[in-house]
Amino acid sequence: MDSALILEWVIKSAILIFVLLTGFAYLTLFERRALARIQVRIGPNRAGPFGLLQPVADGLKLIFKEELTPAEADKVLFTLAPVVTVVPALILAAVIPWGRDVTLFGRQVSLSVADLNVGVLYIMAVSSIAVYGIVLAGWSSNNKYALLGGLRSSAQMISYELALGLAFVPAILLADSMRMVDIVEAQHPWWFVVIQPVGTAIFLIATLAEVNRAPFDMPEAEQELTAGYHTEYSGMKFALFFMAEYAKMIVISSIAATLFFGGYLGPGVDRYPWLGPLYLFIKIVILLFGMIWLRATFPRIRYDRLMAFGWKVLLPLALAVTFITALGIVLEMLWLIPVLSLAAGLFTVAMVHRALRRKAYARA
Amino acid sequence: MVDAWLYIGLFLLVGIVIPGMAIMISWLVAPRKPNPVKQSPYECGVETVGESRVQFKAQYYIFTLVFLVFDVETVFLFPWAVALGKLPLFVALEGIVFILILVAGLVYAWRKGMLEWV
Repeated sequence: MDSALILEWVIKSAILIFVLLTGFAYLTLFERRALARIQVRIGPNRAGPFGLLQPVADGLKLIFKEELTPAEADKVLFTLAPVVTVVPALILAAVIPWGRDVTLFGRQVSLSVADLNVGVLYIMAVSSIAVYGIVLAGWSSNNKYALLGGLRSSAQMISYELALGLAFVPAILLADSMRMVDIVEAQHPWWFVVIQPVGTAIFLIATLAEVNRAPFDMPEAEQELTAGYHTEYSGMKFALFFMAEYAKMIVISSIAATLFFGGYLGPGVDRYPWLGPLYLFIKIVILLFGMIWLRATFPRIRYDRLMAFGWKVLLPLALAVTFITALGIVLEMLWLIPVLSLAAGLFTVAMVHRALRRKAYARA
Repeated sequence: MVDAWLYIGLFLLVGIVIPGMAIMISWLVAPRKPNPVKQSPYECGVETVGESRVQFKAQYYIFTLVFLVFDVETVFLFPWAVALGKLPLFVALEGIVFILILVAGLVYAWRKGMLEWV
């Protein structure tokens, strides 16, 4: 352990935190602009060129806002909840590899910040902590809306966590490792999205529910719960919840890019390792735009349907996908995996379609 | 390896300091003029009736119980998934049998109506 290593760590953490925080700020602007464009509006364009200073203005405003704490709230938990929500979102980013090793100032610098050999397990463990923050926020606010929002979100997050956990398994199976770097390198000729398209789809849907984004934004369903678990929050504490949601969107997109879309791999990355972070960035932006697009397109789904979808559609499908992937590897027939899993996916879609149609008949 | 975990620890500290600082700064500069109306629970302007910590559905509890079983079993699949390439065929098939047992458990819970949101 030399001092140069510690300096390297400090610089890397500073860069990572800086990227996450500015990324969060500009993601809010990106989302507002993109949503506005989809809805044939213009969106925020007054603060600075193209509205680029809007996040700064929002941040300053939130710092100087008065913070209200309900009289009967549990003060300690009320303050702790936003912190508990933000911390996992930030520290999840530490295991994502940004590229291969590069030589910088005559020193071999690894662009994977913390190269854990149980990277996937770490992601699963840390991402499930965030539910505590939301439940604590709902409970401590002493508000009916907040309590119901917190409960809903806890039930939703644990339900989709099962499908999410099982969606990690195909990636581990195909890479034979839980290290994020190994998983990326194992995707050299074929990205895992090609080998396991249905697993990727399950992962993307489950993560959407994990970060409470539309169409799974039940915890903060404005029309029925005002703002769900953060009804009573204002000022900086509200901003922290907001930050957690958007930072988690970025991190989850980068995890999806790493596990299924080849991470930092791309044409020419063997020759120029510096291209790695750029490719990863492009993939993250595309996935984020997908999330925003979904929000603009789909209405929120009803709560019983949400639970039914998680338990009766995603979970069995994820089990089937895990089974198929293991089978393909044991039989050493990799081409079997996409064929069988696409068949399973189509079969599931057909079953859902049938069930929905039968209900429509019953109602008529 | 230990280095990587040390780094995670360091990063955790940074991660706690950032939201802590944000709350401190706004505590220092934001105005504070509380009054009873502001501090009452927000229920869209209507005065609050009764307790705020209301009774909720027992269904949440049942889902949590089912979740607990399945989540532990999912994590059991992780080490098997890592080692699958190096395992003899028999052990690899045992993992597949384990997945089938999971499916049986899910079918049981489904048939018992535990997955219905009533």
